[in-house]
Amino acid sequence: MIINAKNITRSYVSGEVETKVLKGIDFAVEAGEFVAIMGRSGAGKSTLLYQLSLLDVPNTGIIVIDGRRTDHMDSEERTQFRLDELGYVFQDYAILPELTAYENVVLPLLMKGMDPEEAKKQVMDALDKMGLADKWKNLPSQLSGGEQQRVSIARAITHNPKILFADEPTANLDGQTAKKIIEIFNDLNEAGQTIVMVTHEKQYTKNCNRIVDLDDGVIVKEHKLKKSKKK
Amino acid sequence: MTLTFLNLVFVSGILVGLIQGSIDEYKEQYSGDVILTTLPTKNYITESQRIVSFTESLDEVEALSARYIEGATLEANYKTKSRASDKADSVGVNVVGIDPDKENELGDLSSALLKGEYLRKGDESGIIIGHYLLSQYSNVDFPGQGTLDDVEVGDKIRLIVGDIRKEMTVRGIVKSKVDEVSIRAFVNDSLLRKIIQRDDYNVDEIAIRISDPEEAQQVKQTLINADFDKNAIIQTSNESLGDFLEDIINTFSMLGAFFGSIGLVVASITIFIVVFINAITRRKYIGIMKGIGISSLAIEISYVIQSLIYAIVGSALGAVIVYRFAIPFFERNPINFPFSDGILVAPVDETVIKVALIILATIIAGYLPAKMVSRENTLNAILGR
Repeated sequence: MIINAKNITRSYVSGEVETKVLKGIDFAVEAGEFVAIMGRSGAGKSTLLYQLSLLDVPNTGIIVIDGRRTDHMDSEERTQFRLDELGYVFQDYAILPELTAYENVVLPLLMKGMDPEEAKKQVMDALDKMGLADKWKNLPSQLSGGEQQRVSIARAITHNPKILFADEPTANLDGQTAKKIIEIFNDLNEAGQTIVMVTHEKQYTKNCNRIVDLDDGVIVKEHKLKKSKKK
Repeated sequence: MTLTFLNLVFVSGILVGLIQGSIDEYKEQYSGDVILTTLPTKNYITESQRIVSFTESLDEVEALSARYIEGATLEANYKTKSRASDKADSVGVNVVGIDPDKENELGDLSSALLKGEYLRKGDESGIIIGHYLLSQYSNVDFPGQGTLDDVEVGDKIRLIVGDIRKEMTVRGIVKSKVDEVSIRAFVNDSLLRKIIQRDDYNVDEIAIRISDPEEAQQVKQTLINADFDKNAIIQTSNESLGDFLEDIINTFSMLGAFFGSIGLVVASITIFIVVFINAITRRKYIGIMKGIGISSLAIEISYVIQSLIYAIVGSALGAVIVYRFAIPFFERNPINFPFSDGILVAPVDETVIKVALIILATIIAGYLPAKMVSRENTLNAILGR
């Protein structure tokens, strides 16, 4: 089990109102799996992803990732853990506007202390896989939405994370571009990458191993899929 | 940051420069780097000739002027006095007997001439008068110090020393902000020696200029080692001025540092606001960076580096303005204060300390807001909550 989460709860307080978003979720992912978390708006799927990817801290529950308990980690340890073990693709790409595609992708590698020459090689490989080798010098403003999302994916995978999290990676993209992004995820998963993706679009889940349906902060359904062959 | 640097360096630099200008002029026009004066128990410097010969033989010595000094009275307009009962137009003065060439070599006295010409060697009827002794040129009232009326170059005046009266012709009028020049009168040493009957050639003052002023203490020690401290008081120029000018410099430095530190606080607050606004407007991106694993410390360091760049570039620009333009400018065009020609004093070692202060203040001012923003909850920053 690469992710094993038990009894995860998360609630947010605004004034005197407490909103319980996650209500005791047990969730596990095998290494190499491609899991989709689905559900209607407000079901708690993004919140669950934030807990699993250590961007947020649950109120209760234990999350074990790759054999390490994360509930005792402080903020800096969680940040370091994300750098070492996790990759994250944001819905709105979340790439830094002042940096070129190359600089955005190289950032985590340099933070890990990698030799700049070695990092450059690795980044160019990642951008090449994303079909962006010729646009490595472009600023985000000079890239289309799909290209920006591919930069975001390159940044998330370039340091070879154990788990790749993606929060509605196709939500801001047109159908054709979204399809390409999902193909990239499929390729990565076929190469052995564990992926946990939040989506509300069923058509992008057909290559997943498993779909987890969330509603009102609890898992209501979970079903395994037979992966369709890549065309 | 450039303005902060200028504020720190300029305020104290100008204040100190007022006094330093005065000290420099005193040294250049009067005392040289080392000065020998008469012991309190003697009327003159004994064995003056031996001291002069010895001193002139030292490699470090560039110029030397041996001076005879005598209390005298100068009287003017005596030819136009209508009645014997009329009060004489006279003034008490220290008259200085000099070798005009040597004095000029030491203190460039001829360049201080306001009018007329410089004393020629051997001219025993000529006199040069400091401008404070002449009413039309003096704008300062020294208590107990009178002035002569309407005396101009070419006029005859009387030099009275004891019972001896000698008519002299005013060759020139010197103007200087050094009192020892501007309230004295100068004649040829041969004349004064005769008047005061100093046949042994013992003088009252010996001013010495050395090639490297840093070696003043060393030359003084050489003279002491030769036992000349038994004949004269031997002092460096700074010692002869006494401690009070040094005290004024220290006080002005403190005042300058105080005013400068206000500027430093203002600059720190400005940096704080600039970095804080920058960090707040980039809060989402800071969250994203933390989200992908960039540590808070790395983010804070990036903002500190940004602040450091402000400090270093600002200080460098300030240093260029001060050392490349301001100091040479004030040396060429000193500020005309009544008691000195003010210059800008900015010793490099003090400037380095001030730059270090600016950098330290900037680091703190940049670090605090960066820390405040970067330590925020990552998810809240990303989602803009």
